[in-house]
Amino acid sequence: MADTREVAHIGKSVVIKGELSGSEDLYVDGSVEGTIELKDNRLTVGPNGRVRANINAKGVIVEGKVDGKIAASERAELRPTAVVNGDLSTKRIVIDEGAFFKGAVDPGDSSKS
Amino acid sequence: MGTLDRARDVHIMKWFRSSSGAESASAASGQRLTRRSSGMGELWRTLSTQEGLCVLDIGNTSAKNIQLFTEMGHKVYSEDLLIAATERDLIIEDENGHPTLDVKKFLAENLTYEPGTFDCVLLWNLPDYLEEALVKPVVDRLWSVMKPGGMLLAFFHTRDAGPDAPCYRFHIAGKDSLEMQPMTQHPEFAKRPGRFVGKFRLQRVFANRHIENLFKDFKSIKFFLARDNIREALVVR
Repeated sequence: MADTREVAHIGKSVVIKGELSGSEDLYVDGSVEGTIELKDNRLTVGPNGRVRANINAKGVIVEGKVDGKIAASERAELRPTAVVNGDLSTKRIVIDEGAFFKGAVDPGDSSKS
Repeated sequence: MGTLDRARDVHIMKWFRSSSGAESASAASGQRLTRRSSGMGELWRTLSTQEGLCVLDIGNTSAKNIQLFTEMGHKVYSEDLLIAATERDLIIEDENGHPTLDVKKFLAENLTYEPGTFDCVLLWNLPDYLEEALVKPVVDRLWSVMKPGGMLLAFFHTRDAGPDAPCYRFHIAGKDSLEMQPMTQHPEFAKRPGRFVGKFRLQRVFANRHIENLFKDFKSIKFFLARDNIREALVVR
């Protein structure tokens, strides 16, 4: 069955500075600086995405660059083109071959950001 | 292009060599080799019998290692010092105008942890491949961020493997088993201006006494000599 959830999209030319929060899935292919709060939703950082923020979401998929802490209450995925500098706390982590990660992964820390 | 820019490019090229026809088949194909590690076997005893340890894995991001340690209930830190050491901005001029490495900057940006953080450090083959000026400072920093009694595993070549020998990344495959994967460069870092994309080159071959001297501030060191011309060192903080 196709995933028909609404997804908000930040295009690659868009630059956002500040607190970003919402109650729908978010796809970021632009630049975000600040904090991202999507407690019950999924964040995807696209291949052009540049995020300098602490992230708190249900699920996080990274294809671009993230500088900041990632707290994913369910799952975090780092795709092959991901560059992540920051700690990761999640129940389940998937790191694809080729992803770059610098930081700590704490298996028992999924509730904190 | 100025002298400093040329020096930076030479510095980067010194670290990377393009592949030649003599490259081993496994390195060319990216295939992983398996090797038995006595040092890892000893370390495994600690890792598998205690929970909640803090582990530092130095090298290319290894999803396998991260998954292994988190499933064992440990907190794992991943840091690629070899890639970090190739940053162009690390090259500065000394008082005579000669290019040199900014060791202070390197240590200000890497291995920045609280003293006594780590129970275990996997240094792998880093000392064999790291720029000379960084080797001792990195080991000294590791001493300070390790807990007393913490263990460090390092691998050293016992003879020169030749200019085309691949630099391997190690993935833990079992209690005393490692997978060796030829190291590659992440495309993000290959994009940066002036960077030369190729392979890391063996910088030196340590003699036993040099290894002992390198870790002289540590409590003890135990060597394991393997048939593949690798000397494993298990060091206790």
